Amino acid sequence: MFKKTSIAVALSLSLLVPAVSHAEGAVVGLITKTNTNPFFVKMKEGAEAKAKELGMTLQSFAGKVDGDNDSQVQAIENLIAAGAKGILITPNDSKAIVPSVEKARKAGILVIALDTPLDPANAADATFATDNFKAGELIGQWAAATLGDKAKDAKIALLDLNANQISVDVARDQGFLKGFGIDLKDAKKMGDEDDKRIVGNDVTQGSEEGGRKAMENLMQKDSGVNVVYTINEPAAAGAYEALKAVGKEKEVLIVSVDGGCPGVKNVKDGVIGATSMQFPLLMASKGVEAVAEFAKSGTKPKNTDGLDFVNTGVELITDKPVAGATSITSEEGLKKCWG
Amino acid sequence: MAADDFEAVAAKAGGTVASFEVEKLSLGERLQRFLHNYPTAAPLFVLLLAILAFYVIVGEKFLAPFNLSLVLQQVTIIGIIGVAQTLVVLTAGIDLSVGAIMVLCSVVMGRTAIEMGMPSFIAIGLGFMVGALCGAINGFLITRLRLPPFITTLGTWSIFFAINLWYSQSETIRSQDIAEQASLLQFMGISFEIMGARFTLGTITLILLFIGMWYALNHTPWGRHVYATGDDPQAAQLAGIDTNKVLLSVYIVAGIICALAAWTLIGRVGSVSPQAGQTANLDSITAVVIGGTSLFGGRGAIFGTLIGALVVGIFQNGLALAGVDVLWQQFAIGLLIILAVATDQWIRRV
Repeated sequence: MFKKTSIAVALSLSLLVPAVSHAEGAVVGLITKTNTNPFFVKMKEGAEAKAKELGMTLQSFAGKVDGDNDSQVQAIENLIAAGAKGILITPNDSKAIVPSVEKARKAGILVIALDTPLDPANAADATFATDNFKAGELIGQWAAATLGDKAKDAKIALLDLNANQISVDVARDQGFLKGFGIDLKDAKKMGDEDDKRIVGNDVTQGSEEGGRKAMENLMQKDSGVNVVYTINEPAAAGAYEALKAVGKEKEVLIVSVDGGCPGVKNVKDGVIGATSMQFPLLMASKGVEAVAEFAKSGTKPKNTDGLDFVNTGVELITDKPVAGATSITSEEGLKKCWG
Repeated sequence: MAADDFEAVAAKAGGTVASFEVEKLSLGERLQRFLHNYPTAAPLFVLLLAILAFYVIVGEKFLAPFNLSLVLQQVTIIGIIGVAQTLVVLTAGIDLSVGAIMVLCSVVMGRTAIEMGMPSFIAIGLGFMVGALCGAINGFLITRLRLPPFITTLGTWSIFFAINLWYSQSETIRSQDIAEQASLLQFMGISFEIMGARFTLGTITLILLFIGMWYALNHTPWGRHVYATGDDPQAAQLAGIDTNKVLLSVYIVAGIICALAAWTLIGRVGSVSPQAGQTANLDSITAVVIGGTSLFGGRGAIFGTLIGALVVGIFQNGLALAGVDVLWQQFAIGLLIILAVATDQWIRRV
């Protein structure tokens, strides 16, 4: 995996500074938002596999529910006490976790935010994440191109996560609207757009039940909805059930973000028109590699050019490709999907 | 004094026979007594007022049969879980594990049917057995180990949810796969239309469940025992009621009702998701409380819970149609809860 020179460097360094030794046996911590969401389950699997391969010890922690900051603070304290070399964290509260992260960094631990950046982003040594704005933009462009001339009379329902305006939720929603060609007003805020084509925003909690209810309510507002943006694939599946109940599932384009296997299968079955796939396994395995590298040589990962994070990539999955948007088919997507 | 003087004394006494003092009640006191006798009246009033208010704000569209029947569909799951919760609350208990039991049951139904390929009716039956078992565990801990219901179900909530995650491997079973291999699981989602209103078999089940439970609570010995146990367990015991047996039966019935909610949930969302129903426990308590059932046990009417669930549903639907930000829906429901509990405290003083 690693070049001989780096091993040589690591060996020579280990002679000079015993504290900065090699990755073998080093503790790396993984703290996810929850341990229930398949996204984080896959993230843990990716981290475990990579840690095993590199001979490191992985200790994983998780918040009890989405938004649970306290458990994550405790997890960081435990990892500092355990003498971890690096911590990979998907923060539940990007701002509230910062003081704890600072403590860890003062103790000489490399802290990498996965999936969700800290606020400010540079409170962590690095961020490995999906470009969520880009993920939204891809499905927005796809929807606009699929509708063609009809895009100017589209009626759009926006199925967001919750009322908290959290960064991932905002980035995907606003990215979608930009991709579709709608004036965003404030790109940091959902729901402030005044374009007539938007029927409304509603929240789904990212679940099937929530997706169905939100879709039902927005259809009551305007039964002519023909484009549905969803925060994730479970919400999309719920929205589809609502449309099916009134026999409209064929007339409406549903787009989503995630790339979970059930979601990609739904693209194959025509439930979802297009989805932007993200790569939780890659975030985690790259994170573990970065910690190993840091333990060996003390070097920290560098951001992708032009972004304030390391982009782990996003790919558009659809079986109806359009000009101007690179995509892969659901067949290919099924090989890469998670959860 | 001679004995014959009795008559003379009696003659001097007032002619009126024993009578009660006629109380002069203020309007407030009359209302208080009325609500004490008819605990469902207050939530019903709120429901009608809410419907009227949203009709004014949103317009004709809100009162359309389709929209009103939609609200009924949207509250189906919470309504069914609410029946289970009402039973428990009537015994002065609380069940925080209802949502977790429901999700576990739905996952058992889904995985045994799809992953293990069992016939659908057996899968559904297994789901119901798991529901009953979960309820029995709650009931056993509460009656035999004498643990408070709040703590017991707080613990089993975590345990059932963890088992759900382990058994499901956090994986969702898709609607399309269920429709193909085990469509009986989606039975409750079958819908039909009557004069513009759309009903599902799930909503019919909800209504039948309420009628059945109303009958059981008001016209069977078991139902009266439930009320008696909740009102005053010692008095109930002295009257010869085996309160432990009543409590155990209540938690088992609640577990079975959660399994029914699980089957209905699969019908509504099509798929089986281990992430579902995370707020069902608090939502069901909200419906019970707004519905006028006292958290102190022994007082409340089962139909109040249906009204409570509808009030929440009407607020969410109406505010969404009016284009109001979601956080105000939460705000409004919070106010209603406080108002309902305050009313309950007030009418208890009769």
